Amino acid sequence: MSKKQYAFYPGCSSQKGASAANYTTSIGMMCDKLDIQLNEIPDWNCCGASIGYAEGGELPRLVLSARNLALAEQNLGGQDVVSGCPACWLATRESVERLHESQSLLAEANEALKEAGLVLKNETKARHMVEVLVEDIGFEGLKKPVVKPLGDLKFAGYVGCQTNRPFGIAGESFENPVYLDKMVEAVGAEAVKYDQKVTCCGGALAFSEPDKSQKQIRDIVESAYDHGADMIVTPCQLCQANVEIYQSEINKKQGTKFNMPVVYYSQLLTVAYGGSAKDAGLDGQLIRADKLEQIASK
Amino acid sequence: MSNANQQAVAKYKNNFLKEVEANVEEGHWVKMCMQCGVCAGSCPLGPHWEHSPQKIFMMIRAGKREEVLGSDSMWMCTSCYNCIVRCPRKLPITHIMHGLANYSHRLGLAPKGQPTREIAKLFWDNLVKTGRVNELKFSLAMYFKDGFGQGVKNAMAMQGIGLGLMKAGRLNPMEIFGGHVCKDKSGVQKMIAKAREIEDRRKSLA
Ligand code: SF4
Ligand code: SF4
Repeated sequence: MSKKQYAFYPGCSSQKGASAANYTTSIGMMCDKLDIQLNEIPDWNCCGASIGYAEGGELPRLVLSARNLALAEQNLGGQDVVSGCPACWLATRESVERLHESQSLLAEANEALKEAGLVLKNETKARHMVEVLVEDIGFEGLKKPVVKPLGDLKFAGYVGCQTNRPFGIAGESFENPVYLDKMVEAVGAEAVKYDQKVTCCGGALAFSEPDKSQKQIRDIVESAYDHGADMIVTPCQLCQANVEIYQSEINKKQGTKFNMPVVYYSQLLTVAYGGSAKDAGLDGQLIRADKLEQIASK
Repeated sequence: MSNANQQAVAKYKNNFLKEVEANVEEGHWVKMCMQCGVCAGSCPLGPHWEHSPQKIFMMIRAGKREEVLGSDSMWMCTSCYNCIVRCPRKLPITHIMHGLANYSHRLGLAPKGQPTREIAKLFWDNLVKTGRVNELKFSLAMYFKDGFGQGVKNAMAMQGIGLGLMKAGRLNPMEIFGGHVCKDKSGVQKMIAKAREIEDRRKSLA
């Protein structure tokens, strides 16, 4: 079978030594097993993230994505741009759409791109890694490489905001998307009922408004406990980082005893596909996912 | 009052809606709001919004320029996109909130010391330097934004987490000496500067 090829946009937090470095590790192994080839966009830049708006305004933010898209067109023509990071995906896809809607904005973007020696035709699709899995591989396809079904493990599928809204994955409902639960089931584990599935973790405001955001995070973790989950699983870097990192803070301030691992879907898949704890980036957890590590080492 | 602000006041006189339509990202949508109130219940940090998005749209039409642009409310937006998918009129509310925050920030009317405003600026400055965000320098800048003493306190409070991330290979202490950069850093910088110049000209912010 020939490999499916995509232009890969890792994004800042997925670089080596950055906060989601372990996510990238697991994506690598997962894609190998699924015959997906990710070709990194050469010299890609930051997408501006959601928080870039305040200083960046509109056009400077759009051209950040425009440069990545132009580099993909030039070097990896015809391949969809794929990112594992919801913020990167959202910024890129919003730019594609905004520049399609307005010829004058596209002209302005190209005027700025000229300074970096690039032109954008705007012919590329921007997609999230999860879309590739759900739409191009399919749930049946995701089951095929499974060699270690995750049997007894119970996951709270925490979808969060930005893979879900405003674009959504494969046309699913915004209030109750099921793709993540179906992925959990595809690797033989149980997706528990989870009422905080699409709650916002506070996003970038976890830094600037810690107390307000930690209330969100507390609800997200508490509900996972209430529904008997062993771990939370998520498709989003910021969700992962916020929900994992701040549990100790919340414990300190509010006397809770949270110790709930928060992993990526790609880590589940990697382990189920026979990868080691290291292949799955499980050495990168602040709260170790012991039960998943045990399966990986079997 | 900043120069750009004085000019905007003179140019749009009492027509704040027109000013928003011309100068705020996706501002031309504001007049489409039918005041149904659905968005007002959608924000995760809702209790901390002095004025909900619905109310902000009403205030724009009522010409309440100072109250809107000086408000802390837009800065409470977590970019959760709840509002966008729920609005029956399909207003891109998230982007309008971001656009209003950006406009008030650039005019110098946004609340001083507003924490999200501060970190958003740090974030952007960090990314413009190399084309990619350096998480260590960004965190340090964040901790020290209120001066050295407070910075040490903030950094100490988060020390355990920082060490944990380092051990887990998710925060690289060597980034202080450079870290990830775009090869064509200068091209990226020139491109951003050009984009800003074009936008500022269009919105009379220059
Ligand atoms: S949901 Fe839409 S139409 Fe309703 S008040 Fe909010 S912006 Fe206006
Ligand atoms: S995106 Fe912003 S304005 Fe919209 S519901 Fe979320 S916090 Fe409120």
